[in-house]
Amino acid sequence: MAKKLPSTDVVVVGLGWAGSIIANELADTGLNVIGFERGPWRDTATDFNLASATDELRYNRRQELMLRTKQNTCTMRNKESETALPMRVWGSFHPGNGTGGAGNHWAGITFRFQPTEFRLHSYLTERYGKELPAELTLQDWGTTWEEMEPHYDAFERLAGVSGKAGNLNGTIVEGGNPFEGARSKEYPNPPTAQTYAPTLFAEAAKNLGYKPFPVPSALASRAYTNQLGVTMGPCTFCGFCTNYGCGNYSKASAIVNVLPALIRKPNFTAKTNSEVLKVTMDSTGTRATGIIYVDSSGQEWEQPAEIVVVAAFIFENVRLMLLSGVGEPYNPITNTGTTGRNYAYQTANSVKMFFNDKNFNPYIGGGAIGMGIDEFNNDNFDHSGLGFVGGGSTRVTPIGAAPIDSRPTPPGTPAWGAKWKKATVDNYLSTMSIGCEASSYSTRNNYLSLDPNYKDPHGRPLLRITFDFPENDLKMAQYVTNKVVEIAKTMNPREMVPAPRKGPWANTSYQSSHIVGGFIMGADPKNSSVNKHLQVWGVPNLFVVGSSAFPQNPGYNPTGTVGALAFKAADAIKRLYLQRPGEMISV
Amino acid sequence: MTEQSKGLTRRQLLKTSATTLAAGAAASAQAATVIGTPKWLPFDHNGPMHYDSPGWQFFTAEEAAEVEAIVEQLIPADELSVSGKDAGCAVFIDRQLVGDYGDFGRLYMEGPFTPGTPAQADQSPLVPRERYRIGLAGLSKYCQATFQKNFSALAPEQRDKVLTDLEKGAITLEGIEAKAFFQQVLDNTMEGFFADPIYGGNRDMVSWKMIGFPGARYDYRDYIGLHNQKLNLTPISIIGSSAWNKKG
Repeated sequence: MAKKLPSTDVVVVGLGWAGSIIANELADTGLNVIGFERGPWRDTATDFNLASATDELRYNRRQELMLRTKQNTCTMRNKESETALPMRVWGSFHPGNGTGGAGNHWAGITFRFQPTEFRLHSYLTERYGKELPAELTLQDWGTTWEEMEPHYDAFERLAGVSGKAGNLNGTIVEGGNPFEGARSKEYPNPPTAQTYAPTLFAEAAKNLGYKPFPVPSALASRAYTNQLGVTMGPCTFCGFCTNYGCGNYSKASAIVNVLPALIRKPNFTAKTNSEVLKVTMDSTGTRATGIIYVDSSGQEWEQPAEIVVVAAFIFENVRLMLLSGVGEPYNPITNTGTTGRNYAYQTANSVKMFFNDKNFNPYIGGGAIGMGIDEFNNDNFDHSGLGFVGGGSTRVTPIGAAPIDSRPTPPGTPAWGAKWKKATVDNYLSTMSIGCEASSYSTRNNYLSLDPNYKDPHGRPLLRITFDFPENDLKMAQYVTNKVVEIAKTMNPREMVPAPRKGPWANTSYQSSHIVGGFIMGADPKNSSVNKHLQVWGVPNLFVVGSSAFPQNPGYNPTGTVGALAFKAADAIKRLYLQRPGEMISV
Repeated sequence: MTEQSKGLTRRQLLKTSATTLAAGAAASAQAATVIGTPKWLPFDHNGPMHYDSPGWQFFTAEEAAEVEAIVEQLIPADELSVSGKDAGCAVFIDRQLVGDYGDFGRLYMEGPFTPGTPAQADQSPLVPRERYRIGLAGLSKYCQATFQKNFSALAPEQRDKVLTDLEKGAITLEGIEAKAFFQQVLDNTMEGFFADPIYGGNRDMVSWKMIGFPGARYDYRDYIGLHNQKLNLTPISIIGSSAWNKKG
């Protein structure tokens, strides 16, 4: 039986990017805020000491910063007819654990989505009409670029993003991404330095008439102090970045950029190693009354609150809503219900290039060090007659090359023995790869639900993922990879290995942790779960924030938009909800 | 002072902090209420154990001889490097198996266990310790039945043939799928060869020197602009380096 605690103003579930931003914004209004985190408190100085942070076995292979699957995992299957089985080791993606969440071990690539994304269904229907593939269930977000832009800007300033504007107040700026939406301000920091591979790629792309730009990076290019007064150090390009915590305060994270300021505020409390089991609802189902959590001794507690903000990783956002009975569970057969619908991913493609005469020093780099082009992304090219929509962000980002996992050899090389060893030595320094991180469009059959067979240590059902790559996305993958091959050819590699994404979706190798949907935002409660303020339809004091709100995923990394949505929700709560608690949008 | 004795000094330090830390880490796994400036404990959560104590901790002497023979074949000695055995890969695997990886303590190991589709990845109920114990016993049984010898007593060509057959699943082992056993051993061998030497493999940073990986360095600001050049940086391990200890 849960012991009841005194009520508080605001409960925030999850202290990654989204939860920390909202908790901080609301604490500034004077409200009492308690943040719950299922993992440990993480702190740069103690957790990511420079003397031992550079450990590939510990962080990359043994996944120390990731959620232990023993604590919580998902089950997976490709289609309705299969029995979903648990993901016992994280393969395809890497959910995080502890304060900072997956925002500790992320790469740091911080794109904004484009203006047309927020009205994608309307926009593509206007442009292509009946050509739009019937399998897709794309939707508008119920918001606009103009409403999003100030919040993107706030997140970029918070995270100290390094980059080059391509569209400043409607004027195209040389050297930036000409396909981005009009931004009100330049990035807070200039672009980072570049290694050889992205430099070579940018030259090749430019020679073909494309417009290369520095990948927008939450790895600081110089010392920087954000609006909360927290200071970042310059990135040193150590190459222990994606899947690692940063020991230099250079990679933006909630533990670097938000929590050091937030935890010092007297009206904020963090409860760590405290897992939220459900959101409690009143008898009418129209008001959240608080949450139930369990501490590490197994004791359950009820924490009542006036406002409940659920801002965990996408999987836990959706699972908590299913476990708490919020919204109707989505059913793909009847096409009814909203909780769990429009689950999508990212379609990761690449072209690997082997050279004889080059030295890339691939161990120098970082998750968001690189150069990219956007000519083949989203709807930046005409899709008439192509039979698909969508595209990807093409770029070279040398994330580092710690050699347990990063030791490229050409096809046909044995996996062991003398020939393996020679090929490993011959190719380690002279191989590079061009990636194309492409869109993932939602369909009726890809969704999230509670698993009927497998349970977590508290006896609650695991979340079940039913997903496979839609035909649309597989055609797109082939098309954009062919375009990348055209660029790669002009760089004259000895050998090239194009890898367009193929089905089925599998948990066997890492693809991307860019997972979206399941509790999506929109203008209509019939096909969305939250309104444009991230407020749950019909439960006005409950907010669910994160990539769970994306109705589909464009060809960009999601964190910039997760951060912007967190600022957007906090702004709506402060500006509208606190003045007049209740539904902020009536339908 | 020689480089070795300085390295030992640093190892002592790491050992001490790892012990101190056991208490700190245990404490931090408890639910906690954090208000105000967090307490900072130097080296809290820090420092992998350094597995430099002698002897086998998981393998029996017989098993160890077989594992050493396997890793010697997977990574043979040649002009590029010493063998997987001499690089410490078997020691690495032994220490990993007694540690928290050995029983998949972090992983979801609840049933029902069913093989599933290839996309659903590893669904075996066996944890690494069992995979090795069962796999090595099965391998010995196969080699005895086929050659009347243990794997370690086979000629190099015969060893290669057996490993190739395991890799392809062309032979059957009792209690474990041959391909899965092979992949487990290969993955751990490569981890041992390329991981930081602090874990017992990659002795003297042999693999890093071989491929040109500078190891646990943390700052390339002076090098990032040197495009297409060989940098010849001496690798550094978490264990430490004489370069770190030089005064003045």
